[in-house]
Amino acid sequence: MTSPAALAHPRFSLTEPLPVPAPGAGPAQLPRLLPRHGAVPVRLTDHLRAYGPVPYRGRSGHLIREAAAAGLTGRGGAAFPVHRKLAAVAGAPEPVVIGNGAEGEPASNKDKSLLWISPHLVLDGLQLAAEAVGSLTIGLYVHRNPRLLRHLQVALAERVDARADRAPVELIEAPSRFLAGEASSLASVVTGGAALPRLKDPRLSERGVAGRPTLVQNVETLAHLALIARYGAGWFRAVGTSAEPGSMLTTLYQASGRADVTEAALGTPLADLLSLAGAGAVLVGGYHGAWLATPEAAGLRLSNATLRPAGAFVGAGVLAALPAGRCGLAETARVVRYLALESAGQCGPCFNGLPRMAAALSVLALPEGPRAARRGMGGRWPDRAAARADLERWTGLVEGRGACHHPDGTARLVRSALRVFAAEAGLHCRGQCTGTEARPFLPLPPEPAIDAADWS
Amino acid sequence: MGRKLRVDPIACAGHGVCAELLPELISLDEWGYPILADGPVPQRLERLARRAVTDCPALALRLVREKPAPGRTG
Ligand SMILES: Cc1cc2nc3c(=O)[nH]c(=O)nc-3n(C[C@H](O)[C@H](O)[C@H](O)COP(=O)(O)O)c2cc1C
Ligand code: SF4
Ligand code: SF4
Repeated sequence: MTSPAALAHPRFSLTEPLPVPAPGAGPAQLPRLLPRHGAVPVRLTDHLRAYGPVPYRGRSGHLIREAAAAGLTGRGGAAFPVHRKLAAVAGAPEPVVIGNGAEGEPASNKDKSLLWISPHLVLDGLQLAAEAVGSLTIGLYVHRNPRLLRHLQVALAERVDARADRAPVELIEAPSRFLAGEASSLASVVTGGAALPRLKDPRLSERGVAGRPTLVQNVETLAHLALIARYGAGWFRAVGTSAEPGSMLTTLYQASGRADVTEAALGTPLADLLSLAGAGAVLVGGYHGAWLATPEAAGLRLSNATLRPAGAFVGAGVLAALPAGRCGLAETARVVRYLALESAGQCGPCFNGLPRMAAALSVLALPEGPRAARRGMGGRWPDRAAARADLERWTGLVEGRGACHHPDGTARLVRSALRVFAAEAGLHCRGQCTGTEARPFLPLPPEPAIDAADWS
Repeated sequence: MGRKLRVDPIACAGHGVCAELLPELISLDEWGYPILADGPVPQRLERLARRAVTDCPALALRLVREKPAPGRTG
């Protein structure tokens, strides 16, 4: 096996030629992961006809070099180089490999769509990742949905019948919580514990599921890996940018109210994905992402290289055009309230800071009311200027001080809202509001009904 | 190699003992949780830093080698 130390080096050079895919092999255009025709699930027989059997390498190191050459990064949000994660676990004693399909982010729909429509690409990728690191213990951790689980059970049974898999795959249900998909929280659930993150010290690659070295990859990452194994790094790099190659699944929310999952090349102008006419602002990267002013978004692309200077990241590919007429502060207040309730409440700065940020945002989101309303509140009317100052301070105070990135992502969203909606916040202080439509826009899970049973 | 203070935010119960022992490097935020100074612990404070580590009632404080910092991964 190639030494993991060499593989961990970011500027990885190829020492052996890679298997060259047949010329013309592999879909030349997007989409790569979801078939063009509708949302009909691909059965194993059709999958085999289109892609052939799982291209096992017979050796553990091979695919790691191919992933490095392809420049594949994780599609679960952090865009971490896949070959480095594979190399960190390869050769470790009895490693565990888990495909992460929790998709805890309520606005994201791409992993559920992928698992529903192209389950066999994900399952091929799981087997290949397991072979690459020398693992025989494989799990697929999926969003809690009975139909999706049954669907995947059928897909796995098809593979058992066809002897497609070298190691069996265990399906594990993810709790329907925002944090359930965080890698250390996943490791806890798969081990039989609660969906609670822990400090990454030691790393999961050393001690993860049941204390064993563990590789966690997003299910979309695995599907890309399955195609790279077939068609090679050159094919993968035919779309995307040289620094951020390939394509990614995005969940798009148009200002018109339409929402869909679309595969896009990295580097695609945001204006090609969202119709920006009629957008008051653009949310990039989901609920741990950032707001951008519409004219700013119009000049940016779906790549971390262009988004990072604007304080944004592609994340897991959630993009939303907030319709003009909706209040971005009110939207952010709702989302941050949700994020605060989803805090695992383990770390002081997170369980103190997030609910306070949510409360301050809901103050900012409410325009200054008439004197009568103030009287209704016992003469005390919340101070918007103070709320703004508190928010600025708290975003700095929670950042980097949790065991997981939940406070950091929440702070990023809040900070971007304060910047992009600064003018609106000013109007609210003077009792004005440009919002014409109070209906919420960004999707959130329904709130659990509070009844007597909850208090007993 | 320099050593750095680190707090395990899950274990930390906000007792604040650490900030009393080592105000040069540890302050408390408005909720009573410690904010640690960046960078290595200066040699003259190392004894006190070790004391803070052993006296933390939650065993949440640690001295770690500055590099490589065990990262939190996304
Ligand atoms: C709060 C939080 C929630 C996360 N939720 C998910 C998730 O639902 N699905 C997922 O694949 N990754 C999620 N991640 C990222 C995982 O921790 C991990 O980085 C990822 O699954 C690794 O796969 P990748 O490298 O292929 O992206 C989350 C991270 C954080 C901080
Ligand atoms: S930072 Fe927040 S969400 Fe993450 S483990 Fe700590 S309390 Fe839980
Ligand atoms: S003494 Fe320990 S528990 Fe108390 S605040 Fe300091 S680190 Fe946290």
